[in-house]
Amino acid sequence: MPYRLEVENLNVYFGESHILKDINININNNMVTSLIGPSGCGKSTFIRTLNRMNDTIPTFKKDGTVLIDGKDIYDPDVDVVDLRKKVGMVFQKPNPFPKSIFDNVAYGLRIHGLNDKDIIAKKVEKSLKEAALWDEVKDKLEMSAMGLSGGQQQRLCIARTIAVEPEVILMDEPCSALDPISTTKIEDQIHKLKNDYTIIIVTHNMQQATRVSKYTAFFLHGEIVESGLTDKLFMEPVDKRTEDYITGRFG
Amino acid sequence: MNRVISPKNSQKIMKTIFWGSGIFTVFLLILIIGYILVNGLPVINLNFIFGQPIDNGAAGGILPFIISTVYVTFVALVVATPLGVGGAIYLAEYAGENALVKAIRFGSEILASIPSIVFGLFGFAFFVVYLNFGFSVLSGGLTLALMAMPTILRTAEVAIESVPKSYSEGSMALGASKWQTIYQVILPAAVPGIITGIILGMARAVEETAAILYTVGAAMQAPVSIFDPGQPLPLHLYTLATEGISMPFAYGTAAILVILILIITIVTNALVDRYTKKMMGR
Repeated sequence: MPYRLEVENLNVYFGESHILKDINININNNMVTSLIGPSGCGKSTFIRTLNRMNDTIPTFKKDGTVLIDGKDIYDPDVDVVDLRKKVGMVFQKPNPFPKSIFDNVAYGLRIHGLNDKDIIAKKVEKSLKEAALWDEVKDKLEMSAMGLSGGQQQRLCIARTIAVEPEVILMDEPCSALDPISTTKIEDQIHKLKNDYTIIIVTHNMQQATRVSKYTAFFLHGEIVESGLTDKLFMEPVDKRTEDYITGRFG
Repeated sequence: MNRVISPKNSQKIMKTIFWGSGIFTVFLLILIIGYILVNGLPVINLNFIFGQPIDNGAAGGILPFIISTVYVTFVALVVATPLGVGGAIYLAEYAGENALVKAIRFGSEILASIPSIVFGLFGFAFFVVYLNFGFSVLSGGLTLALMAMPTILRTAEVAIESVPKSYSEGSMALGASKWQTIYQVILPAAVPGIITGIILGMARAVEETAAILYTVGAAMQAPVSIFDPGQPLPLHLYTLATEGISMPFAYGTAAILVILILIITIVTNALVDRYTKKMMGR
């Protein structure tokens, strides 16, 4: 089976600083991949390269290739709008829009040109159900999303992301601002979603990586030190630095 | 070490000073508004509000002047709001930091601090004479628009910039274009601040005298066309007082002006409050 995502010799710079160095990684279809590593090691920069969110930073430069389904996403003929529809993103801090719960989920559908009210309503319901939020909000869809709890807001952001039917979902430490119960709910969701989506999750929490992902890559100082099956990486790390990190000797 | 004043006492003293300043401000406000109302309310009745002026305003009512005020302010806002908000969107979202942007900011600051009589003179030379709009609601409204625009622009810019970056990131990550993000996420979130700017601009237009002195004329009838002259309340008040036509009516006019501004401010604050509550789910 071909890889969904192939990254070859990727280097990223912000001005003079060399953030990502010679990144090579292939990511499988419909599977969860965790990116672990200490703060500032380039994990977030890496996933923001995958949906071209770094384009908004004026000093951003890159070389190397990022292929999604065999297509270089930095090709001049690639429409960023289409790319971001295909590669959704959930942020570290829940960031619902100050709109109603319904409008938050409908937002992506509407900006992509869907006008049919019935279809929008159906897709909103489906997305909220997939995000395991429907039962909690079905009676207050017209209320502002800002009134939800942090965990509910993050599940709403996931619902908002899957509403536009992406193929890849990037999650940038989606649970770091949440309590343990909300974290469990999000992890349960990731387990359900992985059958239909390719998920790449950045996490500081190594237990979380072992719980949710099949593959893990360990980032350090902008390089991938080691990557492979999660079980193997945690049980029998090859590199000394990986072992030091997962046993808590630094980071 | 010998302290002259202990931290506890200095805290008490400063708190008292700050409290005093606050109270003094409120006291001044109440004093001025109270003085105007005490002197103005006795002449206010339905005939005063809805009647026509007699003998240059020495008797009768002030309806034409109320209409002039509303009309001129409306023209000013219709022109100044899109320009101000549009400029604010450009500065906050598109411009970045360059020489042009600095020039625009500096220019709008200078514009906001130019004495209003200078605007009046410019309005007279440019709108009344050069563009040949004559003494009219249009000339007065455009002059007031020039004055209100920098206020609207600066306030709206701050409002747009204070919308959290995470909103626009969330929108861009869903594949929205920059304009979709601005129009559908950033502007709705900035509406309360933008409205505040429009209200500040409007207050400046409603209460302005010098800028309309040379531009709007001094008609005793209510303007109908935009090219008709008018006489907004502050100008009428100025005439009543300086030409000694009627001091009681001057106070009455001032009271109407104050009440008008109070109503506008209170109603918009209430509406903005409701909007914010709905948006933020509180």
